[in-house]
Amino acid sequence: MAFASDAPKDGFRLSMLIYDTRYRSYTIQIVVLVLFAMAVAWLLNNTAQNLAARGKEFNFAFLWQRAGYDIGQQIIPYTNDSSHFRALLVGLINTLVVAFFGCIFATVLGVVIGVLRLSKNWLVSRLMTVYVEIFRNVPLLLWILLTYVILSETTFQPKDFRLTDEMVAAGQPPLASMMFFDSVAVTNRGTNIPSPLFERGLGTVDLGFLSLNLTLLAVIAVIVGSVWVNRRILASARVTQEATGIRPVTWWKSILVLFAPIIVLLVAMGFHLEVPTLQGFNFKGGILIAHSFTAMVIALTLYTAAFIAEIVRAGIQAISRGQSEAAFALGLRPGRTMNLVILPQALRVIIPPLISQYLNLTKNTSLGIAVSYLDLRGTLGGITLNQTGRELECMLLMMLIYLTISLTISAVMNMYNKSVQLKAR
Amino acid sequence: MKKSVFFGALAATTMVAGLAGATTLDDVKARGELICGSNTGLTGFGAPDASGNWTGFDVDLCRAIAAAVLGDAKKVKFVPTTGETRFTALQSGEVDLLVRNSTWTFSRDTELALDFVAVNYYDGQGFMVRKDLGVSSAKELDGATVCIQTGTTTELNLADFFKQNNITYQPVTVADDSEGQRQYLAGACDAYTTDASGLAASRATLPDAENHVILPEIISKEPLGPVVRHGDNNWGDVVRWTYYALLIAEEKGITSANIEEVLASTTDEEVKRLLGASGDMGVKIGLDNAAFKNAIAAVGNYGEIFARNIGEGTSINLARGLNALWTQGGLQYAPPLR
Repeated sequence: MAFASDAPKDGFRLSMLIYDTRYRSYTIQIVVLVLFAMAVAWLLNNTAQNLAARGKEFNFAFLWQRAGYDIGQQIIPYTNDSSHFRALLVGLINTLVVAFFGCIFATVLGVVIGVLRLSKNWLVSRLMTVYVEIFRNVPLLLWILLTYVILSETTFQPKDFRLTDEMVAAGQPPLASMMFFDSVAVTNRGTNIPSPLFERGLGTVDLGFLSLNLTLLAVIAVIVGSVWVNRRILASARVTQEATGIRPVTWWKSILVLFAPIIVLLVAMGFHLEVPTLQGFNFKGGILIAHSFTAMVIALTLYTAAFIAEIVRAGIQAISRGQSEAAFALGLRPGRTMNLVILPQALRVIIPPLISQYLNLTKNTSLGIAVSYLDLRGTLGGITLNQTGRELECMLLMMLIYLTISLTISAVMNMYNKSVQLKAR
Repeated sequence: MKKSVFFGALAATTMVAGLAGATTLDDVKARGELICGSNTGLTGFGAPDASGNWTGFDVDLCRAIAAAVLGDAKKVKFVPTTGETRFTALQSGEVDLLVRNSTWTFSRDTELALDFVAVNYYDGQGFMVRKDLGVSSAKELDGATVCIQTGTTTELNLADFFKQNNITYQPVTVADDSEGQRQYLAGACDAYTTDASGLAASRATLPDAENHVILPEIISKEPLGPVVRHGDNNWGDVVRWTYYALLIAEEKGITSANIEEVLASTTDEEVKRLLGASGDMGVKIGLDNAAFKNAIAAVGNYGEIFARNIGEGTSINLARGLNALWTQGGLQYAPPLR
């Protein structure tokens, strides 16, 4: 290193770009950058040339054309007269709904299994090991197909629910019957549940591409308001308790605040349930939760939970024994030690890998096409792509959307991660 | 290193450009093999049998073209494509042509930059239901769950049909015919809809075919035919005229069995041109003069192909109907070979 200070001072020579350590790293970086730019330019040029050779132009105008096809599962209104963009939205929402429920259930199940895997009960911990090893070592697609086949082939067909005249005459019950006071029907196509209806709903506001359901918004607002007021009541009770040593009685206030406003609102809007009934080929009325959706949520949950369980186990084992020993020394029982001492510290280790599991789960929803679940891959990347023949546009758009979803999840989780990290004091 | 990458890229570009320049006919001849995009498995139209040999109505057309171009009906490689992948496979050059129950429509012909060169089967979309459902017309399917193959014209026809008749349905979108059959048999849908010929083929493979009926309504026009890439007109001509040669052969009563006999004894000038005994019809489209003769000798005429694969007496049992020759009241009509 002593030689470096003796570097010649007689100006710059070209060979110094390679032989002089001061410049070499710049040279390498510039060369790599140029090569990368050339590779990108070649790819773009090749694509443009081949598109031109086939007489295809690159544009997204097709998104505003009439879609012309129907979608089985839809949360926002959609008909075959809607545009391809609307179909994209329907698919996107289907993707998000599956990902949302999948993430929640997988987290709950994963944490429970991860904790139980460390249980001192030999049988429980071994059972959990078996669960983790089975689920994370078989491809997700197979789990999805298996769940779907079980759901659709072990349940009754809608016509099995029908009571024919001959059955009445013979005094026989129908093959299958509805559950929960005749309000829920599980057929081989889906689960029919009652839907909430309002006689005097508040209607909807149309915002162009999406319409807001005011009734739903009002219900959410009242619930959020009630919970907030309840928290205030509990907080003031705590203040009184700390000041006087006596905790005022709050249970009746809590019940009143939590339940009275929402019941008043529901009665005012004429709330009632619409129960599905068998008419013609299928159950009508109520909400149909297709088995493709249920199978996706179940399979994604079980599969991802196995990974989350491992993350949770690793997180818990990262906390030093001293922590639980100290907690036991203070007289905390094992359950409280876990909830109050170990898990809050383990969270810091758990969250970063948990983010990638959420991202994986979200991206894995694109396997839905295997069970006819029309998510983003099924509408934009499937039917729209086929009917319009715009492979490049559809694929790029789909990649962009998945990227946006993933980055959003990542950003939100990173914010949460920051909030639970050890604060440097 | 920088140089070699650059020249590598340059060489790759030139190669791609070179490939794009050659015509499909030259490619096929140079390769010594025809690559034919086929169905993933539709009995009677295109499916591998127990020993892995592809057979079927569409498959025989591929074989006829291979016989015409390469002189050997066995020099065909079949690439199974689904409703979703078929056109991309053709556009990207993965297959030389597509013969797999594809409907000729305006947008496919124009926007997708494809050319439908002929119609080898005039079809229409129908519905299959279980007999015990007690349905006798597609208009009684209000509220039914319908299985439908994605990426097909049938998907759009279905939406239109139910809308026109002011009835509703619940679609179950499946990727291919076998998945559609599985869902239909499991009772996940009340009705299965696709081209009527495809329904007949599916029904033929069901273990209890007598318990299923195909409803009388035909809700669309589905002209099915071989497809080639737009812009390669010579290759389009080869496919088109090989197909017409099979039609003309039926019209003139030439079969794979009597072809040599006819060639020796005929006085009909068109037959002579067809079989390469006079004129230079084959050479004019870049083939051998005996090209059409080879095709007919290899797979027989259109009527033979139909009868052998899907005609009355086979398990699929389709009548000629619209696909009879024009002389017998059908729509199959070949322009004069002159």
